[in-house]
Amino acid sequence: MSNPLQPLAKKDFDYGAAQHLLNRAGFGGTPAQVQALVEMGLDDAVDYLVDFEGAKADAGDAAEFRSDIVRSETPAERETLRRARAAGDEETILRLQRERQARERSDREQLGLMQRWWLARMISTGRPLEEKLTLFWHGHFATGYRTIENSWHMLRQNAFLRANAAGNFADLVRGIIRDPAMLKYLDNDENRRRSPNENLARELMELFTLGEGNGYGERDIKEGARALTGFTFRDNDFVFNRDEHDPTPKTILGRTGAFGGDEFVSILLEQPVASRFIASKLYRHFVNDAPTPPKDAGDAVDRLAREFRSKRYEIRPVLRMLFRSRHFYAAENRLSVVKSPVQLMVQAIRSLGTPVREMGALVQAGDLMGQQLFQPPSVKGWDGGRSWINTATMFVRQNIVVYLVTGRRPAAFDWSPSELSYDTSPLLAHIRSGAGSVDPHEAVRALATFALGGPPAPERLAELDDFLGGLGGTVTEDRVKAMLCLIGAMPEYQLC
Amino acid sequence: MTHEPFTRRLFLERSLALASLAATVPCFIERSAMGMLGNPLLSSNPGVPDERILVVIQLGGGNDGLNTVIPYGADEYYRARPQLGVRGPGAAPQNGQQAALELANAQGIGLHPNLTGLRELYDRGALSVVQGVGYPNPNRSHFTSMDIWQTGRLDAKGSGWIGRYFDNTCNGTPIPEGAVAIGRAAPLAMQGDIQKPIAFENPSLFRWMGEDLHGAMKDPYDAINRAGAVGGAAPGSQREFLMRTALDAQIASERIRAAVARDPLVQYPQSGLARQLQTIGAMIRAEMPTRVYYASMGGFDTHAGQAGPHANLMRQLGDAVLAFQRDLEAQRNDARVATMVFSEFGRRVRQNASGGTDHGTAAPVFLVGPALRGGVVGNHPSLTDLDQGDLKYGIDFRSVYAALLEDWMKAPSEKILRGKFAKPVLFEGSAAKTGA
Repeated sequence: MSNPLQPLAKKDFDYGAAQHLLNRAGFGGTPAQVQALVEMGLDDAVDYLVDFEGAKADAGDAAEFRSDIVRSETPAERETLRRARAAGDEETILRLQRERQARERSDREQLGLMQRWWLARMISTGRPLEEKLTLFWHGHFATGYRTIENSWHMLRQNAFLRANAAGNFADLVRGIIRDPAMLKYLDNDENRRRSPNENLARELMELFTLGEGNGYGERDIKEGARALTGFTFRDNDFVFNRDEHDPTPKTILGRTGAFGGDEFVSILLEQPVASRFIASKLYRHFVNDAPTPPKDAGDAVDRLAREFRSKRYEIRPVLRMLFRSRHFYAAENRLSVVKSPVQLMVQAIRSLGTPVREMGALVQAGDLMGQQLFQPPSVKGWDGGRSWINTATMFVRQNIVVYLVTGRRPAAFDWSPSELSYDTSPLLAHIRSGAGSVDPHEAVRALATFALGGPPAPERLAELDDFLGGLGGTVTEDRVKAMLCLIGAMPEYQLC
Repeated sequence: MTHEPFTRRLFLERSLALASLAATVPCFIERSAMGMLGNPLLSSNPGVPDERILVVIQLGGGNDGLNTVIPYGADEYYRARPQLGVRGPGAAPQNGQQAALELANAQGIGLHPNLTGLRELYDRGALSVVQGVGYPNPNRSHFTSMDIWQTGRLDAKGSGWIGRYFDNTCNGTPIPEGAVAIGRAAPLAMQGDIQKPIAFENPSLFRWMGEDLHGAMKDPYDAINRAGAVGGAAPGSQREFLMRTALDAQIASERIRAAVARDPLVQYPQSGLARQLQTIGAMIRAEMPTRVYYASMGGFDTHAGQAGPHANLMRQLGDAVLAFQRDLEAQRNDARVATMVFSEFGRRVRQNASGGTDHGTAAPVFLVGPALRGGVVGNHPSLTDLDQGDLKYGIDFRSVYAALLEDWMKAPSEKILRGKFAKPVLFEGSAAKTGA
């Protein structure tokens, strides 16, 4: 049986393959960017995307976010409240309550700004894989703002995930059990020696490392929870509270010792099933998320898992192996991933070159399509794949493309109209290239092939040909935009 | 290049044909058969479908239960609310405030004077007032408490309780348009793992906006989205799934917009909630396959100067629900619709220094429809035995859900609510079974 992860033949790294790589390892790119990857060749193109440290990240204005909006009450405030309660001083109690509510409101506002900031970063970064992985880990180590109500902790977690996005999975796990947002989200700040809370231990096994039902039992969870006692935080920082830690021996997955959190993590990562679990999750994210995966998917995942183990959970070698492999570029793995709402919007902007328009509108559209940054639906993160798609999200998906291309406001969602003009000349140059004069049919084919990321069905081409023919047949800027709206409304546009 | 010259008419014919092939039919047959066993009021009208419908009305912000169902028999109520307390039935108007409407004299409780609509339904036996509904260790955060109500879980985590209703009754196949929320975004309550809700603020905008750009856009758009699986898309493939969903979306959009285009059979008042209920009424009349509808109104977070604004909200609520019920009666659909009105929490017993009330705990839930037994369920929470100044709940909200699921929707409540909850007797004919 041949190895599906054998490298692709160099000559097969053509325009379509390069576009596929850029869509999956990033959020797509302009025709010229795709061409640049083709000219680099397979190995250099993969290295360029995977070893992203050399490229410029766009950090935006993260520095302006405040760390002190949510804070515990000062001793003076506590004293004032105590005295007001004793005296039945409703007015003071109410004032303090209002002040706290005002802080909560500002914090929610900051979260809103963070959502825009991160989306903007994904749109403008020179390191698309860094953001794509950060979003992947956000869904993997899912933490929701609404539960923790602390935007700064969410921002810190985001920075942590980004710093380790392509680093080492073991570092990610060891860091996440020290992350204030996660500790709060999964109640480990309540995990005390005398009254252990199993929430983090359970999800650490079920969702973060082993996968549900993969060789552990309720007893391992209970013992693991004891290993995590005392892992808590104070204000914005991790604290190991020795008084609350249970130092007695635990037996986890057959191993016995006076384990703490790090030993617990090590035991989990020693399980072969852990590398396979995380490899299969990466596979689903980067290669194919159809309910029925291709025949050799299992073999590919096994090999990725082996690479993961032999490289001690380093992420880059696994991604490099994947992005160079024949399997990754196989026909059945092209256009086989349903775009997440973020992918849909960011890819439309980055590849078609539309204006960004109103960032708030994009955040809101993401919400309507089921993906709110910093707000995954549960600790399971986003299910992804087909769960993104239903009759309601389909219209939002089609309409957001209309909005990006034309600036026309879909009134249902209060998106403000945008007057920013959309310069389609790079696209026009692409669809005119090759021939001196523009053959409308060839132009339509080139436009649809580029925007869809692969050759369109004959029925689709016929519709676009008819549309253009009905308007006189010449390719103008406005007609290109109109055709982009129609292409964006094609069901297969939801794939990348 | 050869291809079939599609016309709009052809699309319509094709979409109707496909709609009738929807995979949801078996599920419906099964459940309406179950439904017929439970309620003698149903299946009496030939030609009227038997599928039961649940309408949820959410009052966002924490409705003041004590000024909705008025405990006029309790002196503590007036002591805790010297300005905000509503006088008992028969009292003379005071500062423009009317006296409460009688509800149950023996228990000393009445309805807010502006809830004349609900009072009329109560008199007809079509309103059940479930008192003191809440849950243990009440959370006073709007978000968390609303999530608790919507997930049906005290940890406020996971999918919505209505979403799980669908997930547990339909063998892995979501019902297209099964769950519809009128509003910008669908509530968590309706999010299942399998079933996903449709949400729209204005049904005329539940469609593709690109067709507004130019007259030439409509036909190619329709051809693309109504073609079903083309280009050799294999059954079960991603492309085939998307093409099928796109077609479903066109059908849903068409049905919903056609449904609400008709004038209602009764006049609705002018309010946000009334407009939402009018849309829901129109969809029920058009025999949409929707099983659960969700409407909501906000503005109940009355921390200051509560009396006037809260009275307006009560007027809007009572009048809108009455108009909705009259509409359903005119359609002869009333027997298959039950409506629940809830809020994430009630408010504190004592009014605050700003003529308002702060976040509280237990509060009444209203259930509307001729299938309800009607009357008052449970006792009014004590105004003296308080928990940090707040009412203690008497009935767990999940018990109300359990009764709705078991006795109305004929669904397994234990699985959906992940626990067994003693059901209050809410529906006609459900008494004998619960007694066992």
